[in-house]
Amino acid sequence: MAKRIDAVDLNVYYGKFLAVEDVNIKIEPRSVTAFIGPSGCGKTTFLRTINRMHEVLPGAYAEGEILLDGENIYGPGVDPVNVRAEVGMVFQRPNPFPTMSIRENVLAGYRLNGTRMSKSDADAIVEKSLRGANLWNEVKDRLDKPGSGLSGGQQQRLCIARTVAVEPSVILMDEPCSALDPISTLAVEDLINELKENYTVVIVTHNMQQAARVADRTAFFNIQGTGKPGKLIEYDDTINIFQNPQNEQTQNYVSGRFG
Amino acid sequence: MTEKVTAHSSSAPAPARSAPSGLQTGGTGGASGDRVFSGLAYGAGGLILVVLAFVAIFLVTESLPALWPTVFSDQDSISSADTFLQYVLPLMGGTIIASIIALIIATPVAVGIALYISHYAPRRIATPVGYVIDLLAAIPSVVYGAWGMVTLAPALVPIYGWLHEHLGFLPFFAGDPSTTGRTLATSGVVLAVMILPIITSLCREIFVQTPKLHEEAALALGATQWEMVRATVFPFARAGIVSSVMLGLGRALGETMAVTLVLSPGVFSLSLITSGRNATIPSEIALNFPEAFGMRQSELIAAGLMLFIITLAVNMIARWIVSRHKEFSGAN
Repeated sequence: MAKRIDAVDLNVYYGKFLAVEDVNIKIEPRSVTAFIGPSGCGKTTFLRTINRMHEVLPGAYAEGEILLDGENIYGPGVDPVNVRAEVGMVFQRPNPFPTMSIRENVLAGYRLNGTRMSKSDADAIVEKSLRGANLWNEVKDRLDKPGSGLSGGQQQRLCIARTVAVEPSVILMDEPCSALDPISTLAVEDLINELKENYTVVIVTHNMQQAARVADRTAFFNIQGTGKPGKLIEYDDTINIFQNPQNEQTQNYVSGRFG
Repeated sequence: MTEKVTAHSSSAPAPARSAPSGLQTGGTGGASGDRVFSGLAYGAGGLILVVLAFVAIFLVTESLPALWPTVFSDQDSISSADTFLQYVLPLMGGTIIASIIALIIATPVAVGIALYISHYAPRRIATPVGYVIDLLAAIPSVVYGAWGMVTLAPALVPIYGWLHEHLGFLPFFAGDPSTTGRTLATSGVVLAVMILPIITSLCREIFVQTPKLHEEAALALGATQWEMVRATVFPFARAGIVSSVMLGLGRALGETMAVTLVLSPGVFSLSLITSGRNATIPSEIALNFPEAFGMRQSELIAAGLMLFIITLAVNMIARWIVSRHKEFSGAN
């Protein structure tokens, strides 16, 4: 189910502004890959091209190829809607749908496009997804309460459950713990470790310790100055990036000399 | 709304007063400014209640002779009918029917236009379309009335003929279709055009405020644009849509000139396509008030009181609808 991601000569634009230049990266299935780098280096921008969410912003587009198990998601005739169903995304701030209950939030991916299912099927999906997000025990007695009534960490795990429910092959996470307290962060990090058994997980993080804790491979992005495009500087096993980086910029960043 | 504001601002200065002298702002700043603002807010809130109370008192006292002629007047009954209810119920019916026609036509169109401007149109089209819609609101109602009478009414005549021919079994389209088009249905259409801008611009304001976070959440789950709108924009805007429709309804209920010019009034009838049938309260008042005195004047003011009550009831129902789903509104 998990799929390999290959970016080939990818350039990402906001209008005329080239935000990320010439990214080539191979991300293995059933692994956790972290993107690190200073603010504005384009790691989130690149992440959002992997499920074609980048182009939702007016004037934004990407050139080049992103291959999911060899299939170019920027190919002609590819519907971004189908790409997004295949590549799930968890956002920086927890964003459960406020008008829906916990149960409806988990089923949102199905409800959105009007998929009909029996109540028992729906119940099974809700339980499986919430268990998969380590949230079932905390919310099983209040599935009909609004999702916005949960704590921040619970809301974020609800969002992960919502993403997992539609059974994507890739899960993208854009700084999923930056709005959470340390305990909730730990819960989400544990969850990320479990998710990689079934999914390809890509996570953007500002927190280098987090990258070191959860990621198998780490990619370092950097920017030469304001107005310059962000670039992929180094991509290697996490342990090498942190203990034996080949590039001086990476060395400076992970040792805390800037960023 | 007002109460909330005043409650907050009046409680704010209290801790400042009890603070030790070293922390005081020196007289000119914070605390006294807070008190002034709190006073202004109180005053504004109070003023609206006072004005409303005076209007209500005026309406009730002036209406009493018509509402209860044996006690408050020297006549046994009102002059236009046997009882006041006999007089006012047909008028209320006409008013409500015309407004409902207007809402049925205007609401879907307005929501559609607002959605187009906020979520579908490219910016260089959306902005001018928004201006044009706002411009519609600036046209005086008498102009709408004249347009309805001269242009719209004759244009609708063949449609009424068709409706009568094919749907004549419904009471709304029974009776002789009008040859001039000056019917309650035409009034409803004119009202729809009049309330379109207010509903559209309010809905647009609310639609664009849908949190990007939620829209992106839906899109990232594989929603199409329309599915995203249904899952995030509409639920978020629900209360706002209801409020804007109620504002539109308020305008339709109270609209005088347009209806007076378009409608050729008469007795109440369910048939919407016949001339010389139906009347609305505001146009009834406008047509008759200049020459009315004594009991007749009381009747008209009492009819105005009924309109006041209808509007009040409509607004309360709207608030109730909005508050039913508070828990899921996203405000928490």
